[in-house]
Amino acid sequence: MKHTIAILVEDLPGVMARVAGLFTRRGFNINSIAVGHSETPGISRMTIIVNGDEKVLEQVMKQLNKLVDVVRVRDIPAENIIERELVLVRVHVDSLAVRSEIIQLVEIFKAKVVFVERNTMTIEMSGDEEKINGFLNLLKPFGIKEIVRTGTIAINKNSKNGLK
Amino acid sequence: MKLTGTEIIVECLKQEKAKVLFGIPGAAIMPLYDTFGKYEEIPFKNILCRHEQGAIHAADGYARATGEVGVCIATSGPGATNLITGLANAHMDSVPLVAITGQVPTEMVGNDAFQEVDITGITLPITKHNYIARKIEELPLIIKEAFYIAKTGRPGPVLIDLPKDIQLSKCNFNYPERANRRGYNPSYKGHLKQIKSAAIKIMNARKPIIVAGGGVIKSKASAELIKIVSKTNIPVVNTFMGLSSFPKNHPLFLGMLGMYGQYTANQSVSNADLILALGTRFDDRITGNLSKFCPQAEVIHIDIDPAEIGKNIYAKIPIVGDLKNVLQQLNNYLEEKEPVEWLNEIKGFKEKDPMYKENDNFLLNSRFIMESINELFRGEAIIVTDVGQHQMWAAHYTQVNFPRHFISSGGLGAMGFGFPAAIGAKIGCPNKPVVCITGDGGFQMNIQELATAIYNRLSIIVILMNNGYLGMVRQLQELFCDKRYVSTELAGNPDFVKVVEGYGGTGYRVGKREELIPILHEAHSKNEFVLIDCHIPQEENIFPLVKPDSSINQMIGVD
Ligand SMILES: Cc1ncc(C[n+]2csc(CCOP(=O)(O)OP(=O)(O)O)c2C)c(N)n1
Ligand SMILES: [Mg+2]
Repeated sequence: MKHTIAILVEDLPGVMARVAGLFTRRGFNINSIAVGHSETPGISRMTIIVNGDEKVLEQVMKQLNKLVDVVRVRDIPAENIIERELVLVRVHVDSLAVRSEIIQLVEIFKAKVVFVERNTMTIEMSGDEEKINGFLNLLKPFGIKEIVRTGTIAINKNSKNGLK
Repeated sequence: MKLTGTEIIVECLKQEKAKVLFGIPGAAIMPLYDTFGKYEEIPFKNILCRHEQGAIHAADGYARATGEVGVCIATSGPGATNLITGLANAHMDSVPLVAITGQVPTEMVGNDAFQEVDITGITLPITKHNYIARKIEELPLIIKEAFYIAKTGRPGPVLIDLPKDIQLSKCNFNYPERANRRGYNPSYKGHLKQIKSAAIKIMNARKPIIVAGGGVIKSKASAELIKIVSKTNIPVVNTFMGLSSFPKNHPLFLGMLGMYGQYTANQSVSNADLILALGTRFDDRITGNLSKFCPQAEVIHIDIDPAEIGKNIYAKIPIVGDLKNVLQQLNNYLEEKEPVEWLNEIKGFKEKDPMYKENDNFLLNSRFIMESINELFRGEAIIVTDVGQHQMWAAHYTQVNFPRHFISSGGLGAMGFGFPAAIGAKIGCPNKPVVCITGDGGFQMNIQELATAIYNRLSIIVILMNNGYLGMVRQLQELFCDKRYVSTELAGNPDFVKVVEGYGGTGYRVGKREELIPILHEAHSKNEFVLIDCHIPQEENIFPLVKPDSSINQMIGVD
């Protein structure tokens, strides 16, 4: 089962290691982890995507809660999730025909060309994981040179279950 | 007035009412020791140990015996890494400690400087929390928080890493009144609705049993527990960590539960319909094969740490809170009760329990030694043990009637713990007799602390259960490896009496039954450090026991 966990942490050195360490110890592979400032100064928000057993996850969340630097932990349920990821992808472009084909895809996916060279195009796109994977799959035949993904960030649709 | 980092530490320790520090100096923590030297009289005892592991186990024994925070000090690098076993031990047994380590100067941190180790990184999973001080201005708050976190909620060890430059720099000193962390709010009060449902379940149960764990001692809830038992006549078993939380001489006490537990305790828990679990984490040494653990019992689980509830055993009624509070409240909703049939059924278990049979062996065996200790001290002594067969004999047979009077390494099972812990316990409770029951293997893991004990004139009685073997492992080899005693014979043991004499202490050697009691009396009356080297039968076993992976009601060694 895929789980999206939102965590508020105090912005202190070592906090990433404390949080990540708990997942590793219980045999969880972190699929992605994204960190940034939250609405409160001194508090950062982490979004962690993991796959794993329900019961083990409950234990990891309880252990996370015990960390002094962790202010709050929530599992965002699939039915209430809004998730986004940002990707930068550089594709190989060897002809005019290819270029226009890619531009078409960019338009369909509401992506954006951010940089162009003679033989490459760099495209920015955001969306949920499924959309991003779909887009990248369509680009694959042209020759992808580089992919940079931020990892998923997520918010709960239900504002009462926010992480205040 | 501006104070240096080390003066700030002394002031903070004073404010926290630390009475004793255990440690060993080194270059990176020199400024702190030098500050001690500048005070005409430092406001605490400074005990020099002979190994940092000895120092931290002593601080741990001190904390377990007194209920206060134990403090230990080590230098950077090897001093700090020598603390690791002690931190893990305190972490697993939830003992409040503050460990202070020196560190190379801030600008050298990360450069692999001489005696630099990333001790906060290394100890992440074995401390409740840890700090590296980066600015002198943060230091008072760090120390305040460290003590607060160590002793509140579920207690545990906290480490503070102190770069040398921070120790030497200066700032204005103000000790914060309180520590306040947004992410740290232990729940002390139990949920009232849950407590009421628990009371109903307890009143309706036909075969209820109380499993009292270490949390009862930490929360100082023994009196509340005894009250509930007097009212409801529900029998009590202890986990290993719970020993001393309930008087062993109470008629409703059924002994210790678990893999090396007692027959009556294991059978009673296995046949119960309701388990009231207090401050226990259902460790695998308690449950045996988890899937076969008490299939027909419902569990009410009370603990201050929500992560322990539902971790190993499903709890029908979970209650998060401080046991003392919760038991007080729970008692209000309980009525008098006497589960007569159930208590009769338990009588049947006792008839088969070797514990209740006469000691019919005429050798200087373990049980005789424990019973001799009981005769002399009548449950008044603080018993501190090491790890091994002697530990389990002590758990079964020593008379322990008051909280904090049984001290042992439970979760980590760390050999070498007992002797230094006894030193800490004696320093914490100078007016109580302290008896250290140890093995010939484990004693040698911190034997150097003889200097600490004897130099400081600590009147500890060490009972060395000398069987010439790493007995606990030898027994497993006997039972499960066709007696292939590989690496368990302690050939090369020293003459322990001479070793003690070399340090200036007194030692006795006992080989026969009739010698023991007079020597024990003599030792006790001397009021100084004494070791009694008891030569016990080499291949005595600890029984009954549960084979790994078996259910706890299937015990070997019960006919
Ligand atoms: C530090 C450490 N190393 C190894 C062990 C494994 N171990 C558990 S009990 C034991 C034997 C203890 O021997 P001794 O101290 O002589 O006590 P006895 O069992 O003979 O009473 C050993 C080696 C341990 N628990 N701790
Ligand atoms: Mg031995």
